[in-house]
Parts: sequence; structure tokens; C-alpha cells
Amino acid sequence: MLPEFGFLALIFGLLFSIALGVLPLVGYYRQHAGLMRLARPLGLGSMAFLVVSFATLTWLHLADDFTVRYVVDHSNSNMPWYYKVSGVWGGHEGSMLLWVMILSFWIVAVAAFSKKLPLDMLAVVMSVMGLVLAAFNAFLVFTSNPFARVLPFPPADGRDLNPLLQDPGLIFHPPMLYMGYVGLSVAFSFAIAALLIGRLDSAWARWSRPWTNVAWLFLTLGIALGSWWAYYELGWGGWWFWDPVENASLIPWLLGTALIHSLAATDKRGVYKGWTVLLAIAAFSTTLLGTFLVRSGVLNSVHSFANDPSRGFFILMIFFLFTGGALLLYAIRLPKLQVNVRFEWWSREMFLLGNNLVLTLYTIIIVLLTFAPVVNDLLGMRTISIGPPWFNDITTVLAPLLVILLGVGQWIRWKKHDEKPILRWAAWAFLLSVALAVVCNWLYAGHINWRVVLGLTLAWWLALSTLKTLYDSTRNAPNPWRGLRKLSRSYYGMILGHVGLLVMIVGVTMATQYEESRDVRMSPGDSHTLGNWTFTYREYDERPVSNYETQMAFFDLSRNGRVVGNLLAEKRFYPVAGQLMTQAGILGQLNRDLYVSMGEPMSADQETWSMRLHVKPFVRWIWLGSIIMSLGAGLAIMDKRYRRIKLGGSA
Amino acid sequence: MRWVVFVPFFGVLVAATVFGYMLSQGEDQGSAPSTRIGKVLPTLSLQDLSDEDLIRVNEDLYGSPFLLNVWGSWCPSCRIEHPVLNKLADEESVRIIGLNYRDTRDGGQEWLVDRGDPYEFTVFDPIGEFGFDLGVVGAPETYFIDAEGIVRHRHVGILSERHWDNTLRDVWESL
Amino acid sequence: MNPARRQRLILILIAVTLFTVSVILLLIANRHQVNLFYSPTDIVEGEAPYDRSFRAGGVVVHDSVWRDHETLAVTFTVSDTINEVTMSYVGILPDLFKEGQGVVATGHLDDSGVFRASEVLARHDENYMPPEVARALEEAHRRGRITDSQLDTIREN
Repeated sequence: MLPEFGFLALIFGLLFSIALGVLPLVGYYRQHAGLMRLARPLGLGSMAFLVVSFATLTWLHLADDFTVRYVVDHSNSNMPWYYKVSGVWGGHEGSMLLWVMILSFWIVAVAAFSKKLPLDMLAVVMSVMGLVLAAFNAFLVFTSNPFARVLPFPPADGRDLNPLLQDPGLIFHPPMLYMGYVGLSVAFSFAIAALLIGRLDSAWARWSRPWTNVAWLFLTLGIALGSWWAYYELGWGGWWFWDPVENASLIPWLLGTALIHSLAATDKRGVYKGWTVLLAIAAFSTTLLGTFLVRSGVLNSVHSFANDPSRGFFILMIFFLFTGGALLLYAIRLPKLQVNVRFEWWSREMFLLGNNLVLTLYTIIIVLLTFAPVVNDLLGMRTISIGPPWFNDITTVLAPLLVILLGVGQWIRWKKHDEKPILRWAAWAFLLSVALAVVCNWLYAGHINWRVVLGLTLAWWLALSTLKTLYDSTRNAPNPWRGLRKLSRSYYGMILGHVGLLVMIVGVTMATQYEESRDVRMSPGDSHTLGNWTFTYREYDERPVSNYETQMAFFDLSRNGRVVGNLLAEKRFYPVAGQLMTQAGILGQLNRDLYVSMGEPMSADQETWSMRLHVKPFVRWIWLGSIIMSLGAGLAIMDKRYRRIKLGGSA
Repeated sequence: MRWVVFVPFFGVLVAATVFGYMLSQGEDQGSAPSTRIGKVLPTLSLQDLSDEDLIRVNEDLYGSPFLLNVWGSWCPSCRIEHPVLNKLADEESVRIIGLNYRDTRDGGQEWLVDRGDPYEFTVFDPIGEFGFDLGVVGAPETYFIDAEGIVRHRHVGILSERHWDNTLRDVWESL
Repeated sequence: MNPARRQRLILILIAVTLFTVSVILLLIANRHQVNLFYSPTDIVEGEAPYDRSFRAGGVVVHDSVWRDHETLAVTFTVSDTINEVTMSYVGILPDLFKEGQGVVATGHLDDSGVFRASEVLARHDENYMPPEVARALEEAHRRGRITDSQLDTIREN
């Protein structure tokens, strides 16, 4: 009876979310405070039922209840308990359940942390989120019931979770990503509420900012985790493939980044309201679009879930109703709320606009490149593929533009800044950056590579700009230390975010330009040298583990004859799924990774293998950069400013 | 200039229409046209999967309508489909003949022991010769064949319960 | 025209120019990077180019995979059920590369008609088949009508 109970809880969750989506909104139009106050209890109610439903599904996994189809498809009695738990979101139905549960968390969080929000605003915001929740809850109940049974002949054991998903990184990747995706619904709902109520002011921007930061934090971590996972689990040593599904997560991230910056301008100076609202709508809409693309199989990707057109139609409808509805509302209401003013060219407003311009262009081009093959197919032409070079090229063109703007944008004054000192600083900083980049490149490699010089110039430019920012902001303090302590957390958040970008630029530049890799045949005892590094295949071993069998290759790594460490590469076979998995062996250091993945056995005794060896300088900095950026977002959220949010000024 | 604000909305409208159209194209994928439809099965003369000495010929098939299911132990999608076939054979007494396609004998036999055998019998086609004549493009595929051995319908890809409930049961009952 | 609108117009012009320039640059720089897909039949019939890289794919034919155990060279044959093309590759194949599975590879044709793959793709998801391959098989089959009868003639002789 437990599965039916879980489904019942899901249905109750649906009823509560429908009520949440309708009643407070009706309350707002009737100006009925009682109905509006229902938002909090209704939100809490939907969360309670969804948590119960999710807990039930988790329990069914842990208890190996193979009368439930979803458990059969994504679990096996031999799996360790933590993969049984992560198997809950290892497939379509369960991950959608996680999605709606996380959305209900966000709803309750909005209710809990917005005590100072005017009642009507809170009611409309929660109602809009309730509508989104109801739509996806209905999607689960009507097309994707995770509690469906296999009766009357349940199998004796499950078919095992896809081995690719049996990995610690993948336990957390989907929940993080969903936290980010769903979190953008808060900014979306605030934008809709602001349009509906007609209160498009800086207070609205101030409310939206911390929520957008939290969502962005999770999105950043989620994407970084996915990239880290692909790096060590797929055995190719790559960390970004420009796969359509990766792009589907990058697009909301880029728009979210743009939104954070444009919200800053709207908050501090009350400008770009219309644009900020549009970005808030677009950021969340693209997460819906991403969900649609992943679930419907429209895009040809390595990630696709089981394709099912009826599900596709449902999500397409959800996407269209929310995005289309929001944009229609935007088009109708905006002209009444927007005032155009002129800005100084040399002002922080303008540089933030520049940031938004570049990020938006970048997003649009990524969207175009991702969809080009689909459109091409639709026109009935010969199938094409748009490879990574396209995406890399546009990144190489637009990223420098973004960083150049950022170098000035982070310290230029609001309203108006005299242009002469800016140009003088820029000229000196630019020359210095180029010089330092050339020196660094020469010292590292003994030659000059213009791509490396470009990357390092950007990094130095950012570093110099950050120093200048800190210097400017503490110049008037009695001493620098007191000055630094007086800076707000959100200020440090900004600095950290930009330092994270700097670190990431160094990582991307060095890892792509100076990586070395080779496929070789190796028997135990063989050594192979790559750059300064010698990889020695010490010994081979094999053994059965819980639900897989593993073949292991132990490597010693040495530099100039001195052993510096060792690593273990594995090839795993999952008999239930009949699938092979490569587990790369990595010796990670701050300035380089040594990386080995096993290819195929090349002798009957299974001891000789084809091996892929990699040396990847600074590759860790890519993820380190993402972590620093997320810390920045975390610091910004903790700023005291958001704790004493005043009621909207122009209300 | 007021119309400019409507541009994003129309953009989304167009995108949604295009996606909807693409989905509707995808919908038909299950039932694929085949040059075989309306024609009699090609000549069959192959070993039985479980018995090398038993040669299966066209006459073994005919007499009553049946589904000819193309599968192989190498085919991951077949794994998803298999329980559905078991159910059809058990609960609705659908007559299903297996065509073990480009597989090894051991692999195929093991599969049927592990996962249950919904087939009246299975024809062993390791190099895909009968499959070639029939026009098989991959596995799984399922052909709906009447008592005289004429192909009436072809289903490409996983035969899901939803497909069965929606259209295929009617096709089966009309044979 | 008031200053606010004028500024707006300038900004929009900058955005449009930037967009156009980047797209044009992108198209020029990558005009050879659009990898068209050709099926084994296309290749056998001489439709595929010899002078540049493209994508090709089909089902890996059983017992066609041959590995050189000294040099990591591997050759295999892919088929669209009508025609077959031999592919060669040096290096490590993806885990999901299996006989009977659909694969897509990027590479070019050498003078002897062997497809030299620089990259072999198999999806991390065990799916029915890469759509390009599925379509190639469908296409091959549609053309197969002629081939069917031709085959019969060949058999009778």
C-alpha cells in the first residue's frame, strides 16, 4: 500500500498547489487580506505533502520494493544504500518529483524570509510560484507517476541504476542543478508580481537580489559538479563538451549572471527596470526550455531521458503558458511602468549595461548554434553537426570583451566618472597586463603562445583591476586594514565573484593550451613519459565489488626519476546493466593533474591495456574558480542590507 | 515603437509552434512504413535458437496471426521492452515469435532464461540474413503478421504498453 | 529626437553591429567545421567528399571489429543494411562501442575508400540508435526496393 500512499500524497500536493496558485491571487484582486494570508499555510501544506511523497519513494528504494516499476528500473538490491537513495532521482519520474519538492522548498523559504514584504506582493509572488508548482505537479500525476506498479508479476530484482550515475559526484549534481533552476523561479515570480501589481521599483529589485544570488550559487555549483564528474568519469579528460544539455544549463546561468548585474543597477540606481524584468523572465523560461529539451528528445544529446512525445507536449505547454503568459503581461504592462532616461557614457550603469549586452549576445549565439542542427533537420537538409570549435571561437571573442568591461566596471563610479583617469588607468593596466602575461608565459613554457598570452593578459587585467577596486574603496579610511573591514559583505561578494572568474580564465587557458595526452599500449612494468612526467604501470588487479566487478591498474608517477605519487585507474563492469564504465585515475595537484584512463584489454590475461595518459596543467583552477564564484554569491547573500529591507518607496 | 515589446512574446510563440510540430513528427516514429507491408514474409530457413538441429521454415509460422519480434541480447532497448512482451504473452495470450538478430546463441539463450521467454519459439539469425530480407533496421522491431504470413504493420523501437493500449492492440485484434 | 532615445538608438546599433560581426566572423572561421552526415550508401555512391572531413555512421557489423594489439589501431565496418563502409581508428574507443550498436564517427575518406575516423562517438546513454544512423537506415531501406529485386536476380543466377 505504500506506493499508493506516496501517490496520494502527490495528489494532495497537487491540490494544495492549485489552491496556492489560485486563492491568494484571487485575494489580491478582491483585496481580501484573508485569502492573501492563505499563501503561507498553503505553501507549507504543499511542501509537507511533497516531502512525504518523496520520502515514500526514497523508502521504497531503500526497502527494495520491486513491485514499483520506477524502483525496478533504477535500483538493485546489491547497490549500496547511498546509490539506492540517489537512484530516486536517477530517472525521469523521480527527478521530476525532486524538482517539484525543491520548488516547494523555495516557496516556503520565500514565505519564511519575507516577513517584511507587503502582504499583496508576498501573496502574488507565492501564487505565481504555486502555479508553476501546480503545473509540474500535474505533469507528474498525469504523465509520470513514479509510484506505478509492475503487477501481477513483479521481477525478483531491479535492473540497476545506470552505472554512469553510480558515482558520488552524481548524487549531488542533479539536486544542485535543480536548486539553481527552480531558484530562478523566485526572481521570475517577483518580476511577474511587480508587473501585476505595478510596483516596479528599486525595492522590488532589492527583494529579488538575494534570491537570484542563491539560485545562481546553486546553479554554478551544479554545473561545476557536472563538469567535474564528466572529467573523471567519462575517461576522456574533457571538462566541457558543448553538448546540447550542457548548453541548456549554461544558458540560464549566463542569463542569471546578467540578471545579477542588472538587478544591481536597478537596485542602486532604479534604472533598466524593463530590461531586468525581461531577464528575470528569460532566465527562468530557459530553465523550462532546458527541461523540455532534455525530456522530450527534441535535441540529439548524450543525456536524453526516455523519449516520450506526450510528456514533451505537456512540458511544451507548461513552457508556453508561463513564458508566453509572462511575456504578454510584460508587453502589456511595461509601457505604463517604464521611463527612459539618458545615462552618462562613463558611468557604472553603462558598464553594467555593457556586461548585459555581451552576456546576452553570447547567450543568443549559443542558442543559435545549439538549435542550428535542429532547424536544419526541420528544413529537410542533410544532417549537420555544429562542433566545439564554433563555441570555442565565440567564447574567445566575447569573453575578452566581457573581461575588459569588467576591469573598469568594478570600480567606476555610478552616475558619472571623469573619463581621463579611466583611460589613463586602462592604458597603463593594459600594458602592464600584457607584459606580465608574456613574462609568465615565457617562464612557464619557454616560448610564447598568443592564446596563452591573451588568457593571461585578461587574468592580469582582472587582478590589477581588483587591486585598484580595493584601493579606491579604502582610500579614505584612516588605514587600509580598517578600510577593508568596513567594506560590506556584498562588496566582498562581488570581488570574490570576479576573482573566481580570474582563476577560471587561468585554468581554461592553461588546460586547453598546454594539455598533453597520448593513447599507449602498456603492460605491467612499462613506463611512458609525457612531458616531464613518467607514468609507470606498476601492477594489475581485479576483484568483484558490491554490484560491479573492477579491473584495476596501479600507476607510479615520477618526475626526473623521483617518484611523486601514485594513482589507481579502474574499468568497471556492471553485470546487471551489462555496461562498462571507466573510472579515471587522477593525481591532482594545484598546478596540474596527471590523469590515466583505461581503454581496452589487449592481452588474454587482461593485464596489458590500451591506456590514455594525460597531463593537464591548472585544470583544477576551472572548478576552483567556480567554487570561489559561489562563495562570492554566498557572501553577498549574507549582507546585512537584505535583513532590513524597507517597504517599497514608491508604493 | 510600442509593438517592440511584443517581439519576445511572438518569438516564444513561434518557437513553441516549431517544437510542437517537431514533437508531432516524432509521434509517428513508432509505426514505420515498410516496403514489406501488404506482402508475404520472405523465405525463412534458419535454425531454432534453442536447437541447432531444428530448422524453422515459413510454414512453422503460419496458421494464426502473430507478432514477429526482432531482438538481441546486445540491444539495451530490448531489455526495456522485454517485460512488456512477457505481459502480452501471459495476460493477453498474444502469439509472439522471436527473431534473434545478429546475436550469439549463448547470449540469446541466457537472455531468455534470465528474463523469461514470451516467444512460442525463436529463430536464430546470427548474420541477419532473414532480417535483411525483411528490411530490419535495428532492434527492437515488431512486425504484425496475419495467419497467411502477410505483414500488416511494422513497429520500430520499443513496444511500450502505451503504444499497445493506444493503437497496437487494435492492430493486433484486426489481424 | 530626445537625448534618451538617441542614446538608446546608439546602444541598439552597437548591439546589432556586435552581433552581426561576431556571427559573420564565426561563419568565416568555421565554414569548414560544419560536419555533414553521410551514410554508407552515400559514401559508396560517391556522394561524400574526399577533400574534407565529415561525419559518417551506421550499425557496427558483427565480427567486423579487428584490433591490432600492438598499435591501438582498430578497424570495423559499419552498415546501413544496404552498403558497408570500413572505418579505421587509432586510439581508445568509447565504452559503449559495441557490435550491433549504432555509431557516428568524424573523419575523412582516404584514397582506398576507408573512412579514417579521428573521433568515434557513442552516446553515454544506451539509446535505441543515433538519429542520424536511424535515418540513414530508413533511407537505405527506401532505396532498397530496387536493390531487393536486383538481389533476387543475382540470387537466381
